[in-house]
Amino acid sequence: MDAIILQILNGLDKGSAYALIALGLTLIFGTLGVVNFAHGALFMIGAFVAVTLQRIFNLSTEHVDPTKTDFLGNPLKVKVPYVESWFGPEVGAALIDWSVPIAIVLAIPVMLLVGFVMERGLIKHFYKRPHADQILVTFGLAIVLQELVKYFFGANPIQTGAPDAFSGSMDFGVLLGFDPNTIMYPYWRLVYFLFAAIVIGGVFAFLQFTTFGMVVRAGMADRETVGLLGINIDKRFTIMFGLAAAVAGVAGVMYTPILAPNYHMGMDFLVLSFVVVVVGGMGSLPGAVAAGFLLGILQSFASMNEIKSLIPGIDQVIIYLVAILILLTRPRGLLGRAGVMEE
Amino acid sequence: MSKSNFTRRGLLKTGAVTGAGLAMPTIFTSGAAAFTNEPTGNTVTFGFNVPQTGPYADEGLDELRAQELAVEHINGMGDGGMLNTFSSKALDGTGILGKKADFVTGDTQTKSDAARASAKSMIEKDGVVMINGGSSSGVAVAVQGLCQEAGIIFMAGLTHSNDTTGKDRKANGFRHFFNAYMSGAALAPVLKEAYGTDRRAYHLTADYTWGWTQQESIQSATEALGWETVNNVLTPVGAGDFSSYITPVMNSGADVLILNHYGGDMINSLTQAVQFGLRDAQANGKNFEIVVPLYSELMAAGAGENIKGVYGSMNWNWQLSDAGTQAFVKSFGEKYGRPPSNSAHTCYVQTLLYADAVTRAGSFNPCAVAEALEGFEFDGLGNGPTLYRAEDHQCFKDVLVMKGAENPTTEYDTLEIVEQTAVEQVMYEPNHPMFGGDDATLGECNDGA
Repeated sequence: MDAIILQILNGLDKGSAYALIALGLTLIFGTLGVVNFAHGALFMIGAFVAVTLQRIFNLSTEHVDPTKTDFLGNPLKVKVPYVESWFGPEVGAALIDWSVPIAIVLAIPVMLLVGFVMERGLIKHFYKRPHADQILVTFGLAIVLQELVKYFFGANPIQTGAPDAFSGSMDFGVLLGFDPNTIMYPYWRLVYFLFAAIVIGGVFAFLQFTTFGMVVRAGMADRETVGLLGINIDKRFTIMFGLAAAVAGVAGVMYTPILAPNYHMGMDFLVLSFVVVVVGGMGSLPGAVAAGFLLGILQSFASMNEIKSLIPGIDQVIIYLVAILILLTRPRGLLGRAGVMEE
Repeated sequence: MSKSNFTRRGLLKTGAVTGAGLAMPTIFTSGAAAFTNEPTGNTVTFGFNVPQTGPYADEGLDELRAQELAVEHINGMGDGGMLNTFSSKALDGTGILGKKADFVTGDTQTKSDAARASAKSMIEKDGVVMINGGSSSGVAVAVQGLCQEAGIIFMAGLTHSNDTTGKDRKANGFRHFFNAYMSGAALAPVLKEAYGTDRRAYHLTADYTWGWTQQESIQSATEALGWETVNNVLTPVGAGDFSSYITPVMNSGADVLILNHYGGDMINSLTQAVQFGLRDAQANGKNFEIVVPLYSELMAAGAGENIKGVYGSMNWNWQLSDAGTQAFVKSFGEKYGRPPSNSAHTCYVQTLLYADAVTRAGSFNPCAVAEALEGFEFDGLGNGPTLYRAEDHQCFKDVLVMKGAENPTTEYDTLEIVEQTAVEQVMYEPNHPMFGGDDATLGECNDGA
């Protein structure tokens, strides 16, 4: 039983990331009709916003420590971060320690800007082009973005830790009546799940309970009619692109303590998230979220030794098997609108 | 009146023969030369085939730095580095057999097909006499096969699978780097000393050639100590999130987790294992321990504080105190502002060893060079006395057991040397079952003539 609960937790955690990326993907498809293969790159850029902020906080002044030597035998240059010089050792160290959560504040405007530039500068020229063209141009853009990140940050994964307060594991099993140390789960992964739930809830509330959201939903249902009412739906859709970019970006920021960021992390998540969108239903927001968690949990269960011993390699193909099954039996996806992907 | 002999059929025949001739790779048509890419001018060209893009690009960059430095030293530039400490004095800093050394580079992308394509291009278009470098066993085996067919020498880079000089050994290929068997043999006594003989190990293993041989080797070495193997789970390469594979470890009855992962996979799996509290856990009345059989400096830097106290092994490390190591670290450090990695060291010494072998053989003919390298014993290139064994072209020297440093002072000393395991302890027979047994042979040397 403890193994099953652990895999459910793992699945919810993986599913949180899939759902956050898929939410943005399906939002863009539902509003602009664009299949955005650069969306994974936005997740990666978000992660590197956290890396950048950590590096900014670690910018240091150097002074020579004559008691120590470097690898060449020269006196060692000891680095003291500027933030520690300016705000004192304690505040400076706390800023560095909390750089990941703080990076969210930086990531939101950065990602809105990136989304705006991407949409106005490139993607809007492909609205009326076939999906194949959109996929090619956004896939190309994703490769350009990841190569740029590699140029500036290198190819190696960069460790970006959670704050010390969240670095350990929680005895989750005790809460459920298990013996101590039976179900240990990292604090940060629980934080990530809560964070994802808040962001997803926020996006839904924004679309459901604001006038802006109502217009966007109307535009998703019938763009032409909304336009005929004199509403500038294009402007609102551009803002939605920025919002989708920001969601992917903050998802990337918060994921850095779980997965050390590297330049191809966006591509790794993109393919899975795209499958999530197809399974959930292209353009369906609840579908993307439900499919994200469902596939995350399925993938985790497929990784269990008991399952792998029955069907070797199932952990690597389970998501795609489900996608094939869904496309064969219900092409519109679990919660997709009738007609989408069915004509 | 002249009569033309051209006929449609004759023209087609001629065209077909000419076309076939043009289409045939030049490496198979070097009839004029005594051997493939025999150097004729004032220079001789090496091909440095390393990952310049992809996940191991940083490692490839370090290999390139070292190879460039080696060429400088061969040509008499710089301070000479390890040429000053190398026991063979055949190289005098005036190039090789009167020719200046030069190089071209290829990008393996850490993909076998891309690595073969770049190696082929360097052999056919740039006329290289040897290929050096790389950061993957899959790539090494693929490029080694190509060099064997083409008739040039292959000096493998960072390749740790037993297969490279085991079942896939080739007469034209040599490996300075150590292998998975040696890691297991070196680590076992240290693990016994640190954790005792009553342990239960759980393996997570990268699902490809290196992972399999690494796991087989360390399992064999630890079971010889009396350890029990609880489970071995194959994980996909580049899985990223290993949580689903790590959580079953906690209640499996194991008290040691062995991560047969390398590169980004190792960084992620180790970090996540620590996040799940494994390093602080207790099992079977003992502290839970994590072991990473193969370390590299770049991985250690990526894993950060998570490697503290974790044992692993390395081919070489810049912190060794022998004269050769110090000379190389000084040359490399002054030129690039950082100490060299162990893959950089391998590529550097292999370039020197190739040049030295050519000089001793008095020829660039790959079979003469191979003969000069076979059974060659030397010193002064780090790790103490070293042998290039004739039977399998594997290099034998001391192996380093490393541990994550508790209090590193810089980003470069995150690992510390625990023990320099004597070469005798990591030796094995050329027909060892893990290395292809009696069926494994080098085959015939091919000079491409």
